[in-house]
Amino acid sequence: MQRRSFLKNIPLASASLWLPRFLQAQAQPGLLRPNGKILVMLQLSGGNDGLNTLAPISNDIYYRERPRIAIDPKEALRLTEHAGLHPSLTALRSLYDKGHLAVLNSVGYPNPDRSHFRSMDIWHTGSPADEYWSQGWLGRYLDAQCGEQCPRATGALEIDDTLGLALKGAQNNGLALQNPQRLYEMAHSAYFEDYAAATANTTAPDDHPVGYLYKTMRDALSSADYLLERSKAKTARGNYPDSELGRHFQTIASLILADADTSVYYVSHGSFDTHVNQQGQQKRLFEDMNQALEAFAATLQEQGRWQDVLVVTFSEFGRRVAQNASNGTDHGAANLMFFAGGGLKKSGILNGMPDLSQLTDGDLPYDIDFRRVYATLLENWLGVDAKAVLGGEFGRLGFV
Amino acid sequence: MTHQLHIQHLLWRFGFGPKAADWAKWQTLTPAAAWANLRKTALQTPVEPLIIADSVLDGLLKGIGETVDMERRELSKEEKKEVRQRSRSGLQRLNLQWTDTMTHSGAQLREKMAFFWHGHFASRNINVLYQQQLLHVVRTHALGNFGALLTEVSKSAAMLSFLNNQQNKKKKPNENFAREVMELFTLGRGQYTETDVKEAARAFTGWGHKLDGTFAFRKIWHDDDNKTVLGQTGRWDGDDVLRILLEQPATARWMVRKLYRFLVNDTQIPEQRVAELAAIFRKNNYEIMPLLDAIAQSAWFYEDQNIGRKIKSPVELWVGMCRQLNVQLEQPDHQILLQNALGQVLFYPPNVAGWPGGRNWIDATSLLLRLRIPQMVAANGDFDLNTKDDDDQLMGEGKKSALRRKLAATVDFSALERLFPKANASALPLDMARFLWQLPTPTPPTEVLRRHTDTSNHPQQVRSTAIQLMATPEYQLC
Repeated sequence: MQRRSFLKNIPLASASLWLPRFLQAQAQPGLLRPNGKILVMLQLSGGNDGLNTLAPISNDIYYRERPRIAIDPKEALRLTEHAGLHPSLTALRSLYDKGHLAVLNSVGYPNPDRSHFRSMDIWHTGSPADEYWSQGWLGRYLDAQCGEQCPRATGALEIDDTLGLALKGAQNNGLALQNPQRLYEMAHSAYFEDYAAATANTTAPDDHPVGYLYKTMRDALSSADYLLERSKAKTARGNYPDSELGRHFQTIASLILADADTSVYYVSHGSFDTHVNQQGQQKRLFEDMNQALEAFAATLQEQGRWQDVLVVTFSEFGRRVAQNASNGTDHGAANLMFFAGGGLKKSGILNGMPDLSQLTDGDLPYDIDFRRVYATLLENWLGVDAKAVLGGEFGRLGFV
Repeated sequence: MTHQLHIQHLLWRFGFGPKAADWAKWQTLTPAAAWANLRKTALQTPVEPLIIADSVLDGLLKGIGETVDMERRELSKEEKKEVRQRSRSGLQRLNLQWTDTMTHSGAQLREKMAFFWHGHFASRNINVLYQQQLLHVVRTHALGNFGALLTEVSKSAAMLSFLNNQQNKKKKPNENFAREVMELFTLGRGQYTETDVKEAARAFTGWGHKLDGTFAFRKIWHDDDNKTVLGQTGRWDGDDVLRILLEQPATARWMVRKLYRFLVNDTQIPEQRVAELAAIFRKNNYEIMPLLDAIAQSAWFYEDQNIGRKIKSPVELWVGMCRQLNVQLEQPDHQILLQNALGQVLFYPPNVAGWPGGRNWIDATSLLLRLRIPQMVAANGDFDLNTKDDDDQLMGEGKKSALRRKLAATVDFSALERLFPKANASALPLDMARFLWQLPTPTPPTEVLRRHTDTSNHPQQVRSTAIQLMATPEYQLC
């Protein structure tokens, strides 16, 4: 308790002087964010309905298959003659107008799986549909970035209480936190600190796992200290919605403005599993998301950081073209992804709208493998060797 | 001290760790006698099925009071929703019943092996009745014959529906079930070709289940032509394929390697030893007990490099702690939130490959929670977690669960107080570390412990030393 208020009241430059010596040793600037670029992954959990997100407003099949739930062309936020955004996504519309938004339609993978869990697994790991991998693509990014040991666990942060598979690597893991204050309270304990200090120089025999556990404990404590210190440095102000997602984006913006050494932020929103009465549920979730993204983009633009940030949305799958009997949609296959940021090389709708006359079992077939998108983000944006992370060549796209 | 370490090692690997209340009894046994005791108790204790009582579900799925032909009966949309919602809470109750059995049953060996098979034959199925049936299969055969276990699992509704074999028909084969049976349940990757998968899938056509979960062979959907699986040609059905898979030496090797990881060492796996154990497994026609005997009675099982090097899974951590501290949660379902936050909820494996285990359990966040649990339990600490939702089960009906509550529990330290009597107050930290940590030479940082434990009286010292020793990296290992 004393320590927290102490940290609040001292100038930042000297905050690190207070840290126990073993923590100071770890607090050296690392290579966590070498090129200054930041990726924010926004997971739309539950399978967001892409066709009602960017609607094919000139397509008769779309209106025929969705008599009750299609986006009204008069209300759609028209981007082109053929494509209109969901009416709630006004912030995306204005980003589009500025050249700060790109859309890829029909992203997916061969032999799509319609189980939420399995398909999310595939997106988290970047595995083929018939393989089970236990490391995530962003965890492997940390492995590629830092090698055996990242200087801290702060290279990739998931804004959540538990760390998802996407951020688990072979050598390195991301860190999960609701916010820096809560993480600090979890980690802050005189006993833990004394214990970590006492075992700091203990060398475990060869590959004894206790060494790994000591290291992870030290990482957790020093990362919690570091993130609290950073979050006190800057607080992002703006019109963030009073919602979980709004607070999450505010936390991310604050850490970016405070120059935290984090290159990947990961946040989830949902549930978009709209089997029943889709319209109300999707609208509610989109309004929240729209306001959070609007505030987030505004903060970073004001502070001159928007060109370094890329927000990417994805879902484990899209939804059926035809609506079901409950004014909802069931699990489908390929889906769209948004890319928002000030540093896009190409903006707008990057490929065509999906062809609704060419379906596979009533679903949109994929046109772009999601691992090609990952390769693009890894190599062109984060500046690492995509092949090493993804375990294969998938080609790249040119939007960043 | 080595003796104590070895008995504890046996109890941790072939059970859920020593129980404080009856440690005095085990302590006096030789490892050989302890093993004999473990196996005898497990083999002599009848397997009581774990059943969640839900008459509505039973009525819906088993057709109680109805005379309709179950083979043809399909659920309406409303009935499916009812099954899903009742299953959600049913699976929680089943989870609690089983962890309670793991904690208190004397048949530790059976429950530990059932836990292994639960991860090996990993199935996600939102129907609690089917999961309950599959659990009974793995508990019944946990120490029996692997071939019989494989066959019953392959004919269970939980697995057949999870792996889409209900859709595997002559006109349109679905390969999922055949592929996973080969890749994960028997041979392992690289031991079969894509053609073998296609041919085996044809043999499994027509294998399905009735609404009540019993196996059904639908002859009209079965492909009765010749198939060639792993070099053998015939008009095979699913049973033939399982026989062919069991004939492959690769199956014994794959299973032994996986069991070795679970029971002995998950990073150092000598291939020569795997080959020897696989030969024993095959010679005994896949009987499981002779294989377990060979492991538990070996000298290498007790070598230092195989002790205290496994990271406890969340279930092992929690059940082990309950056995040592006799924890009673005021709201038992809170332990499911813990399982969720730590990454292992029974009946919800991440996929058909089961939980990857090892270092995968540990990241900075999950370790912090693990370190906090003993204190939360002992001090009714704050328990403040948002857990990730499961869309497969909630189907969009759920609200994001935000949990702000106390992990209220009663902890009974009396058994520990008896084990560590007053006379040895100064030696207490080391003595307790020998019991709570699985390390050949534990060296607890005595100065740190002294600073952070309450030594005002004996019960307080036992209590606070136990909690502090459990709130450590060392305690994560077994």
